[in-house]
Amino acid sequence: MSKFLEVKNLSVSFPTEDGLVKASNDVSYSVDRGETLAIVGESGSGKSVSNLAIMGLHNAAIAQISGSAWLNLPDGPVDVISAPAEQVRRLRGKVMSMIFQDPMSSLHPYYSVGNQIAEAWSLYNDGSKRDGMARAAEMLDLVGIPSAKDRVKDFPHQFSGGMRQRVMIAMALVNNPSLLIADEPTTALDVTVQSQILKLIQEIQKEFNMAVILITHDLGVVAEVADRVCVMYGGKIVENAGIDEIFYKSQHPYTIGLLDSIPRVDKLGSHRLKAIPGQPPSLIGLPTGCAFAPRCEFVSEVAGSQCTTQDPELAEKTSDHFARCFLQPEQISTLTGRKASAK
Amino acid sequence: MSSDNILELHGLKKHFKVNGAFGRGKTVVKAVDGIDLVVGRGETVGLVGESGCGKTTVGRTVMKIYEPTEGKIIFDGVDITDLKRRDMKAYRSKMQMIFQDPFSSLNPRHTVGTIIEAAYIIHKTEPVGGRSKAIQELLERVGLNPEHVNRFPHEFSGGQRQRIGIARALALTPKLIVADEPVSALDVSIQAQVVNLLDDLQKELGLSYLFVAHDLSVVQHISDRVVVMYLGKIMEIATTTELFANPRHPYTKALLSAVPIPDPIIERQRERIILTGDLPSPANPPAGCVFSTRCWKVQDRCVSEAPIPVQISPNHTLACHFPEPAGQA
Repeated sequence: MSKFLEVKNLSVSFPTEDGLVKASNDVSYSVDRGETLAIVGESGSGKSVSNLAIMGLHNAAIAQISGSAWLNLPDGPVDVISAPAEQVRRLRGKVMSMIFQDPMSSLHPYYSVGNQIAEAWSLYNDGSKRDGMARAAEMLDLVGIPSAKDRVKDFPHQFSGGMRQRVMIAMALVNNPSLLIADEPTTALDVTVQSQILKLIQEIQKEFNMAVILITHDLGVVAEVADRVCVMYGGKIVENAGIDEIFYKSQHPYTIGLLDSIPRVDKLGSHRLKAIPGQPPSLIGLPTGCAFAPRCEFVSEVAGSQCTTQDPELAEKTSDHFARCFLQPEQISTLTGRKASAK
Repeated sequence: MSSDNILELHGLKKHFKVNGAFGRGKTVVKAVDGIDLVVGRGETVGLVGESGCGKTTVGRTVMKIYEPTEGKIIFDGVDITDLKRRDMKAYRSKMQMIFQDPFSSLNPRHTVGTIIEAAYIIHKTEPVGGRSKAIQELLERVGLNPEHVNRFPHEFSGGQRQRIGIARALALTPKLIVADEPVSALDVSIQAQVVNLLDDLQKELGLSYLFVAHDLSVVQHISDRVVVMYLGKIMEIATTTELFANPRHPYTKALLSAVPIPDPIIERQRERIILTGDLPSPANPPAGCVFSTRCWKVQDRCVSEAPIPVQISPNHTLACHFPEPAGQA
């Protein structure tokens, strides 16, 4: 059974003066309609890059892209990586849409929001300007902007940050796409507004049966909305599993460290945070071996110095749970003192 | 005036005059509108609220980067509200600031050594054992390699730059540090390192922190007491345990329920209070209680009469006409 989007061995590199930046390295994941995949990682882990490649938004003259990303459309599958740019352009905004972190810089300041939404609509629909504006008002209403009919004529600066993000969502969804890629959609927003926007995305996903890819660094947001999670580190996926597996039966030391290092509002007491020592690696000239090895507390647990000489494969550790680590589930659970996976 | 407190704010106000387009329609933005706040010696007070609530303005007014419009600032038992620039200098060395953005708060053309030494030059002080030794000790203390003293900021990562900012703040052995969102620009795995460093420094040096942040999880972790601000006013003050276990102000409650918890099972069972709308403009705050436009239990009295902060228990102050019942998390 194939899912709606299947990304296989996607690599994106950028040549720079200092060397080749392997921003996304042999990345594979899939997401089906109605499903939410979260891609988690720190800045520079490559979490946005593969999705920009799916949308065809990299400069073809600079980025070196290999691998494939299949969209299983009703009239046959399309590989958006190898397809001609013109074909990808016709899918963009219609079948797949993207929203970005900063809604202010993604909206044109000189055009009314209605105008901008109507433009996206008119690319794929025949109809007058008036029809487009009516459709824009409908969309603004759908994303919960009060008195939408009047506000279509307003300009981006007349909206608050949260409202602007709603406008972006309205624009992304105006042609009922099947795939929505949301790149840090709530990072620039306050928590009370963040929960409004996340709820909105979930409601709309249900209504239109969309596949959603959520790119974020916030594990709290992931726990709130995701069905499946890919954890990225140093341009590679280090763990890929269902939401509960990631949070409760994590098989990669980086994921474990990340979960341990964040303070939680529901856990009182001023215990010391368990920080991951060191810094994320540079993507230029990554050392041989596992990219996380220099920061990993379990390096010495692996026989020989395998971690520093050999990069582990992304292997299926337990049913449908993939991790890139030499340690086996039993070893991980002994080391972390957690109960062994029941599966 | 008790000397147990390193900092006391009495009815502090900071209003900004804003010109409308083409000089017409002058308005006043009441960024901070009458707040009372104390920071005890060795204590960490967390100041939280959404963007635009005035929390950064409080921090900057305390440092006298902004001149207060009204009210009093008492630092270490001395009223510094009306001190002139020159007279402030003696107190500035005792209160230092750490900024949010470790990229723009360090001069890119100066080496780490020069950046930290500036504190000694400006205040004409000679640390025991000489400046270069003091600088190396500071770097070591914040977890940087003392040999990197001649490097430039761009050679460091974000977390390391924030450590340089902390070293600079510590150079003059301050008593109070105002930290304005010190970890929010950092990656998750680096945040914990810096939070732990701030914790350690407090224990070693007996520092007091005014910790301004929007991330409630971090504030909960680092603070002894938490102050919740909304639109220039204080909504609730309580010890951290009390505030997080027993929030009484509807705004605090909504804010806490909006913070995502990295635990899917808890998330599925949680009931969220989702506030409608956005923060009103501080240039035109609502009459009565400032939170009344977004509060789900608003009544007539809230719109007509602004609630005054009342101490409801020794470690809990609240500004609400209709608080949430006690003993409910």
